[in-house]
Amino acid sequence: MARVTKEERKTTIISASLKLFSEKGFYITTIPDIAKKVGMSVGNFYNYFTSKDVLAKELIVYISEYLGENIREINDKDISTEEKIYEIVSMYFNMADERPEMIEYFLRVYLSNREVFGDGCEGMLCVSPFVTEMMMFFNDGVECNELHNQDFFSAFGLFMGYLGGMVFLFGEKILPEPLEWYKESISQNIYNALKTR
Amino acid sequence: MHSKQDKKPSIIWFQGLTCNGNTHSFLNLENLEKLLDKFEIYSHPSLSSIQNFHTITECSLECDIFIFEGTYDPLMKRNDVLVSKIVEYYAKCAKYIIAVGSCASFGGVFKASAPERNSGILFNEQEKSGPLLDYDSKVINISGCPIHPEWLAYTLGMIEKGREVEVDSLHRPIELYSNLAHHGCTRNEYFEWKVDTDGFGEKEGCLYYKQGCRAPMTHASCNKILWNEVSSKTRVGTPCFGCTEPDFPRSNLFSTKTNMSIPEDVPLGVPKRSYLTMAGIAKTFHIKRLEGKLIDYKTAD
Repeated sequence: MARVTKEERKTTIISASLKLFSEKGFYITTIPDIAKKVGMSVGNFYNYFTSKDVLAKELIVYISEYLGENIREINDKDISTEEKIYEIVSMYFNMADERPEMIEYFLRVYLSNREVFGDGCEGMLCVSPFVTEMMMFFNDGVECNELHNQDFFSAFGLFMGYLGGMVFLFGEKILPEPLEWYKESISQNIYNALKTR
Repeated sequence: MHSKQDKKPSIIWFQGLTCNGNTHSFLNLENLEKLLDKFEIYSHPSLSSIQNFHTITECSLECDIFIFEGTYDPLMKRNDVLVSKIVEYYAKCAKYIIAVGSCASFGGVFKASAPERNSGILFNEQEKSGPLLDYDSKVINISGCPIHPEWLAYTLGMIEKGREVEVDSLHRPIELYSNLAHHGCTRNEYFEWKVDTDGFGEKEGCLYYKQGCRAPMTHASCNKILWNEVSSKTRVGTPCFGCTEPDFPRSNLFSTKTNMSIPEDVPLGVPKRSYLTMAGIAKTFHIKRLEGKLIDYKTAD
């Protein structure tokens, strides 16, 4: 059997801790909990992450890079902005379905425990890959005259706030239908709100 | 037998459609007399000249350096002679042709009077399709609105010394135009940390984000060879208009074109994605020294 590399081991810790943090909460989850879940000693865990705060920051970078890479693929496609919106919504909802811990972590840990992310993870530092791709999306949309030219955060908030809100409702089991059901109408709403007037 | 004086390179400075801005700017050259001593000025709009204007338009003289100022309008006449005929004649006999200013180089401001007809002498904006295509290798473009007097002095000095003036793809001397106007800007620290200026004429802040500054996209040495030896537009708090580039004059010179708050044009050669990543991270940090008036900042803060 092939030997597990340090990088693979790190990814296992990231996946396990994302689940624990989003299910139990950041403060309740302990390093022994995470070590136990991945089957390693607490001492060994520290070879990968020097503290829980360091791990917390790496997790948000991991999620941001994951989202950034996926949005970049969509941005690079030769399709209309309207279609790109659908693909971003679709990608985001699929992620919420298949890897709910990633969005849960973002909503319930990152946004709710700002004190953890103050030093070294403030502003754009940990979320840069994701936000940069959203900037590229908006920039390209305006450049090809398909989106209304407005303030970036007004548009970003409308887009991502909407998606975050829907995933939150989904997580709370308030939505009567599965996320898949809402993709089309939500994409249309976002496009209608942002398109050239 | 020719005297030593006769061997000086001769210059004819001729004008098309122009505001005289380059003529006047050249008069500000610190060592103008010293430079002029090395040349025979056959004709110049405002300097003492050996020949009168009538003789120049008769097209019977020859000169070493033909300087053309202003936009080229093929239908324009000077002294009842078509400018196109005069330009063709001197272009043929001169060893060097210098287009001074952005009008002569690319069409510039005065191209607007007849955009379909007017152009620079070798270029029409960035397209090499002007009337002097056949003399392509002789043409040196000194673009700018107006030119910095030292840029012309450098070019004439090189010619006088018999040295080659290397040019870029737009025929501008590489020595002068390989820099960006951004190089040497005293606001560079504000650019690095993405701190905007509050308005025009301020000592603090960068003019790139809101005030339309084109310095990071403009080939010019304005912040390296200072104007009147002391200053530049960005140093006094006005944006660079990109006046040395073929797309000058652009519209809305005092505001930055943005797409959803993102600058449409980013620094030359930098991919937009890379720029946004770097800018977003730099904006995260708040450097107190760069946020207030420089004069108010106390080291103890």
